Parts: sequence; structure tokens; C-alpha cells
Amino acid sequence: MSAYVASLVSVVGINLILALGLNIITGFCGQVSLGHAAFYGLGAYTAAYLAKLGAPLPLTLLAGAAMAGVIGIVVGLTSLRVRHDFLAVTTMGIGFVFLGFVRKQKWLGGELGISGIPGPGLDPVPYALLIVVFAIAVTIFSFWIKRSWMGFTFDAVADDEDAARTVGVNVSTYKLTAFGIGTALAGLAGGLYIYFARIILPDTFDFVQSIAILTMVVIGGTGSVWGVFASTIVLTLLPEVSRAAADYRLLIFGAMLMLVMRFSPGGLAGLVKRKPA
Amino acid sequence: MSTPMAPLARIEDLHISFGGVAAANGVSFTVEHGEFLAVIGPNGAGKTTALRMVAGILRPDSGRVFFEDRDVTGLPVSARARLGLGFTHQIVRPFYNFTIIENVMLAAGHGQTVSPWRALTSRSRDAAREKAQAILERIGLAAQASQSPRALPLGQRKRLEVARAIALDPKLLLLDEPLAGLSSAEATTMADLIRTLPGQGITVVLVEHNLGEVLRIADRLVVLDAGKVLAEGVPGDVMARTDVRQAYTGVV
Repeated sequence: MSAYVASLVSVVGINLILALGLNIITGFCGQVSLGHAAFYGLGAYTAAYLAKLGAPLPLTLLAGAAMAGVIGIVVGLTSLRVRHDFLAVTTMGIGFVFLGFVRKQKWLGGELGISGIPGPGLDPVPYALLIVVFAIAVTIFSFWIKRSWMGFTFDAVADDEDAARTVGVNVSTYKLTAFGIGTALAGLAGGLYIYFARIILPDTFDFVQSIAILTMVVIGGTGSVWGVFASTIVLTLLPEVSRAAADYRLLIFGAMLMLVMRFSPGGLAGLVKRKPA
Repeated sequence: MSTPMAPLARIEDLHISFGGVAAANGVSFTVEHGEFLAVIGPNGAGKTTALRMVAGILRPDSGRVFFEDRDVTGLPVSARARLGLGFTHQIVRPFYNFTIIENVMLAAGHGQTVSPWRALTSRSRDAAREKAQAILERIGLAAQASQSPRALPLGQRKRLEVARAIALDPKLLLLDEPLAGLSSAEATTMADLIRTLPGQGITVVLVEHNLGEVLRIADRLVVLDAGKVLAEGVPGDVMARTDVRQAYTGVV
């Protein structure tokens, strides 16, 4: 594997963890989030800060995931109060608050971010494989959730919260669980990213990034693990194989989102099977 | 610990107002083990409001709800459902993305959904499927098990709502106008169906407008008028009272 291929594999793996994490919140549990990149950033900044202090990789990854997950649960509390469009706007706001905060913090490097992050202690190829192992584990975990009673219950919460309550489901607890798991995975992705990039900039975790992750989930078919898996790989590699696709990335993502919404709200998975399983 | 003689549920002095209008103005009654109790009254008497307060969908401004001698006034709907206090909506609320049997399975597997951790570590749906299948057979929906609720006519959707409530193993089931919107033949079938519940160990409180069916199937009546209990007792006695007839017809 060349260094170039290793970097592609690393980015695909990180995006898979991000998209599958958001899929648990939005796809499984039905809670819209337009601020997923903020949790990616939270994980990255936490891990980078600790790595520069000399903390080892397992600790920084764990801390990044934990930080993002805890803040994710706090943000998830808003989902108990507001639904649908209002939740979308609120989570979008979280993303802006995160960036606004980070950009003004001298100890986090302000606009310039954090550079000089130590390496993972692995060469690029083994490190890419480590990311792949994490991505596969997250994929398996997603399937596990989907087929467990947790997935069944998430489906019910996504379908009709009030009906879920009458069958004894504590809707709040399940929503917070979805936010906690999904955002912790984003934090993990952030931690993995820092050892790959060795420098982090605030703009990496902006609103466009949140929308890019959401696009991968929606185009794959919200809720479908295979669909999200496939669309994430395609959408991540597309700008790499085609210069034009890279230049017009936002335009292409936006157009695809609109086409999917118009012709197949179930995403790619919906084209294969009308009811996403 | 409740003694055999203690009532299953005690509703004490419930008050609630919406925008200054009192929908419940001191509603009190008890529910005995194994009975079929119907709450009736003219439009706007506060029947559904009272039932929704017992179920936990509405919080009363004051007053208390006791279930098996336990004060459940502050508990949310899901916690009450787990204690055995079930509820069916007047406007049916199936999970439209589930099949009929999946709707019932989720309720039948309530032991698996008690906490996210329990849910995450439980995989097999066989036991819940078996239990749901048995309930669907009892309720007459077995042939439609793998269909979407969208495919069902209203009468059968109402049955599904009851099937899902039964799957939670309730001790007390609150039914909010299960006959509303049904044809007279469908209403009779539905009334016959819910009449069998006390025999299966499920005490029933029914709110219903269809007086003919209510008088046919209820053991006892509670009559509400203007947010208060006007009368209660066996149907024959209650309906013979002048004040009850007046509340219904406006004339003596």
C-alpha cells in the first residue's frame, strides 16, 4: 500500500465512523443533527491537546470519545424539548458555538488550530489499517444495534414517540443513548484524525463538514447500515478520483441530496428495497 | 402491599383547567379489581381528560392517582405502563413503519426494552413474536400479521391498538372511546371483544359515547358532568336517576 493509498484508506475509515455514528442518531433514532462535525472537532481537540501533553494514543482516543459523548448527551437533552426542524436548527447552532469558541481560544491555537501533534507511533500504512479496524468494528456494532431490541426500540421512537411511551418505552433515555453513542463515535473519529493529519484547523469541523456527513447518511438511506457504508466510501473517494468532482464537491453533494429527497427518500437502500431494513 | 379488598386504583380529587376553563373540577372514583367500569357523560363532561390524567398523558393541577396503593401522580406514561397501567388512544397510533405483528411484538417484549443496556444485549425476538402471534389470534388479526397498519380499515386498527395494549400485560387498561368511528356492527364486535378482558385478568376503565353498547357490557358506571362525578353505580340504577337523565338530555 502506497502512502497515498494509505491516506485515502484513512480518510474513508474516519468518514465511515462519522457517518455510521450520525446514522445511529438520525437514521436509527430519527433525531436530526446538523452539528455532527462539532463532536468530531471536540474529539479531535481533546485528543490533540492531550497528545501534545504526552498522553499515549489509547488514552487520547478514549478521552476524545468520552468528551464528545458527554457533550453529545448534554446537546441531546435539547432533543427532549424540541423536535424536527427546531432540533435541526438547534444542532446547527451547536456547530457554530463550537467553532466560535475554539477560534477564540489561544490555548487551543485560535484560528491556526493545533500543529506539531506527535505521531501515532505507527507508520502510515499500519495506522491506516488501525483506522480500518475501528471502522469495521463500528460497522459491526451498527448491525448489532440494528438487530437488537435497541434497534427495534429506536425504530419505534423514530416512528411515533407518543405511541412508544404507551408501550412502556422511556423515550428520553433512548434518545440520549443514541446521542451519546453517535457523538462518542464522532469523538473517536476526531481522535483518529489527529494522528493522521498531525495538524488540526477549526475549519475542518465546520458546518459544511456536518452537511457532508449528513449527505453520506441520507444518500445511503437513513437507517440502512449497508447503504451508509457504501455511500460514504463512494462520496469520500469521488473527489479523489476526479479533479472536477473535487472542485464541485459541494455542488455535487447538494444536487445529490436534492435528487435523493425528490426521487428516493429512502436513499440508495430505498432503491433496492422500499422499506429500509 | 395491597389487601385483596383494596381497590386497584384510586382517583382522588383531580383538578385541571385549560385556559381558565375547568375540565376536571374534583373528579374522584375508585376502580375495583376485575371490574368493567365505564365512564360516561355528555360532551365536554371531562371524561377523556380524566382518563388521560390517570394514564399520565396530562398532569393534573391538583389531586392524586393511586395504582395498587402506590401514588403514581408524578410518573410518566411509560413508567405507568410498566406498572401495569395501560392506555389506548382514541385516535389510533400504530407504528406505521412496523408490520402489525411488530407493533404487538414491541409491547410484548417490554422486558427487553426496560433499559437501553438491556435492549442492546437482547437479540432474540422469538418469544415476543410467539406471544404477539397468540394475541393477534385472540383478537382476530392473525391473518394480517405481516401487513402494514396502513392496509387496515379503522375497525381493525382499533383492534391493533387493543392488541398492543394487552401485550404489555396490563392489570388495568384504560380505553379511550374504542368504539368511536366504527359502524354499528363493528362496534358490537369490538364491545364483545373488550368485554372478555376482565375474564383474562385485565380490569377495564372505558370512556365511551356509545351508550347502547356501554349499558350492555359495563359492570358499573361513573357519570361525569361539568368536570365532576354526578353519579356512580350499577347501570340500571344510575340511568334511572333524574339528574343523570337531565344531564344527558337537558330535560327532566
